[in-house]
Amino acid sequence: MNEMAVPLPDDIDGAHALELFRQMLRIRRFEEKCAQMYSSGKIRGFLHLYIGEEAVGTGVMQSVAPRDAVVATYREHGHALLRGISMNAVMAEMYGKQEGCSRGRGGSMHLFDKATGFIGGNAIVGGGMPVAVGYALAAKMQQNGAVAWCIFGEGAMAEGEFHESMNLAALWQLPVVFCCENNYYAMGTALDRSESQIQLVEKARSYRVVAEEVDGMDVLATEAAARRAADSARAGNGPYFLEFQTYRFRAHSMFDAERYRSKNEVHEHELQGPLRTFGARLEASSLLDEQRRAELEADIAREIENAVAFAESGTPEPVSELGRFVYSEVQP
Amino acid sequence: MSQSITLVEAVNLALMHEMGADENVVLLGEDVGVNGGVFRATVGLLERFGPRRVMDTPLAENLIAGLAVGMATQGLKPVAEIQFMGFIFPVMEQIIGHAARMRNRTRGRLSCPLVLRAPFGGGIHAPEHHSESTEALLAQIPGLRVVIPSSPARAYGLLLAAIRSPDPVIFLEPKRIYRAVKQPVEDNGQALPLDTCFTLREGSDITLISWGAMVKETLEAADTLAGDGVSCEVIDVATLNLLDRDTLLASVSKTGRAVIIHEAPRHGAMGAEIAATLSERGLLDLQAPIARVTGYDTVMPYYRMEDHYMPQASDIVDAARQTLEFA
Repeated sequence: MNEMAVPLPDDIDGAHALELFRQMLRIRRFEEKCAQMYSSGKIRGFLHLYIGEEAVGTGVMQSVAPRDAVVATYREHGHALLRGISMNAVMAEMYGKQEGCSRGRGGSMHLFDKATGFIGGNAIVGGGMPVAVGYALAAKMQQNGAVAWCIFGEGAMAEGEFHESMNLAALWQLPVVFCCENNYYAMGTALDRSESQIQLVEKARSYRVVAEEVDGMDVLATEAAARRAADSARAGNGPYFLEFQTYRFRAHSMFDAERYRSKNEVHEHELQGPLRTFGARLEASSLLDEQRRAELEADIAREIENAVAFAESGTPEPVSELGRFVYSEVQP
Repeated sequence: MSQSITLVEAVNLALMHEMGADENVVLLGEDVGVNGGVFRATVGLLERFGPRRVMDTPLAENLIAGLAVGMATQGLKPVAEIQFMGFIFPVMEQIIGHAARMRNRTRGRLSCPLVLRAPFGGGIHAPEHHSESTEALLAQIPGLRVVIPSSPARAYGLLLAAIRSPDPVIFLEPKRIYRAVKQPVEDNGQALPLDTCFTLREGSDITLISWGAMVKETLEAADTLAGDGVSCEVIDVATLNLLDRDTLLASVSKTGRAVIIHEAPRHGAMGAEIAATLSERGLLDLQAPIARVTGYDTVMPYYRMEDHYMPQASDIVDAARQTLEFA
C-alpha cells in the first residue's frame, strides 16, 4: 500500500499491534455506518464523528483499568466502544431505543454506562472536567486505585472549568489524566484564533502538571503516552496532561459547511490518517495483508450489521415512562 | 436531650450528626474548614472530622459543584456550601446540566445525591449578590429538590433529610433569621419529610402561604389579624420542589382565601406557580382573588432602600384585609 512505510519496531507484539489496528478500524466503520443511518433519518439528534482521531482513543483506552472512569465529550462514540460498551447498546442509543446504554434518553452526545464507569458523553464543552476531578477525589478518598480519564477537545481549554479543574487536581494531587484531543478547530474556530497560548502543554505546566505533546495520529505513541500517564497517576503523583495532536477528517457535526478550512488541508491530513499509516506499517512488517484485512473488515461489518438489526428491532421507551427517573422512586 | 439553638446552629448540628452517622458524608466549599464557614455554619466540623472530610476549596463555584457531582456518582454524599446565593450563578451549569439530570438521562442507573447549601435572601444590609432570592430559578428545574427551612427545628430535620435524599437538593438557608430566634432542638437524628408543607398555625378565615425568612413577618401579620378577630392559617411551604400542592389546596378549600408572601421578585416566581395551582384545582373554593405580597421586579437594592423592597408585616396585613373584604 505504501512502500515508504517504516516497519514496526522489532520488539513489537505483532498480535497486539494488529489488535490496535482492528480497534481503530472497528470504530471507523461503526461511525461511517452511523453517518449513513443519520443521512437516512434512522438516527436523529446530532452526530459528531471521530473519524481521523481514532488513534487517540484507541491508544488511551489500553491503559484504562476496569475500576477507572472515563469522562468524555460529545464526540465519544469511539471511546464508548473502546471502553467496552457493546456496539449493540451504542447503536440502539443512537436510535433512541430503550435497549441503548442510556435507555434511549441520551443519544449520540450522552452515552453513559455505569458498569464500565463511562460517565458521559457531555454536550457542554468543558462540563465533564470538574466531574472527572470529583471522581478522582472520590477515588483518592476511597483509596481504590482508580484513575479518572478526562477526555476533551482543545476548545475546552478556553473554558474556565479547565483552569478550575487543573488547579485543584494539581493542588490536591488527584489521579486524573487530562487527555486533550487537539484537532485544531473548536467547532469552526482555529486554535490560533481562539487561544493566546497555542502551546497547550504550557497551560498545563503553569499549574505544575506534567504535560506531554503526543503525535495523536500514531497509535503506538498514544498508547505509550497513556501508559506513562496512568503509571504516574496510579503511583500517586497527581494529574497528568497529554496533548494529542490529531485531526478531524469529517465536519464538526452533520450540519457544518466547513468554511473554516480547505478541502486540500483535509486531504493532506487524510494522507497521514491513523488507519492508513498504521496499516501500511503493519504491512511493511508483514503483520497485515489483503486477506487479513478482508477478514477484519468482514468481522466488523458483521458486528455492525448485527448492531443495526438490534437497534432496528429495539423498542421505544413507553410514553408512560416519560415522567420517571426525574426523582428517586425510593425516598428514605 | 434538647438544647436551645439558632437556625445556623441547627444547620451545624445536623451536619455534625450526619457526618458522625455516615462516613460517606463529606463537606466542601470556600472557607468551610479552617474558618468554619462565612456564617459559621460549619464551625468545629474540621476539628472533629478532619481535612479528608471537610475540604476548603479554591474560589471556584462551578468546580465545587462539579466535584460534588463526580463524588456523588461514586457513593459519597457531598454537602457543598456556596457562600451566598448570588455565587450560585456559575454553579448552574453543573447543577442543572449534570446533577439534576444524571438519574433521568441514565434511566435510574446513575444518580447524584448531593446537597448544595447556600444562604439566601435580603434584609441583612448586604449588596445585591449577597441578598438574592432566586429560588424560582432552581425550583423550575426537574430533578432538583429545593428546600428552605424557616426555623431551627426545621433546619435540623430538613437538612438531615436533604443529606439522606437520593436526589440532589438545593438547601437554601434564610440568613436574615440565622440568629433571629432560639428554639429547643433535640439532636435525635430525626429527619423531616421533603415533600410536605408545614402548617404552622391552623385557622379558618384566610391562608397565609410563605417560606424562609418571610415566615417571620407572616406570623407577625397573623398575630395582628388575630387581634381583629381574623383566624389565619399559616403555611410554611418549606419544599418548593417537590411542592406539596395537596396541603395548600386543602387549606384554601377550608378558608377560601389566600395570600402568598415571598421576598423574591413577583414575575415568574414561586408565588405564581402556587397561585396557578390554587386556581387550576381550587377555583371553586376561592371566595376572593389570590393576593401576592412580594419583592419588586428589580435588583435587590442596597441597604438604604432595602426596607422598602422587603415585604413588611403591615403589607401582609393590608393584603389579607383586602382579600377578606372582597365581596
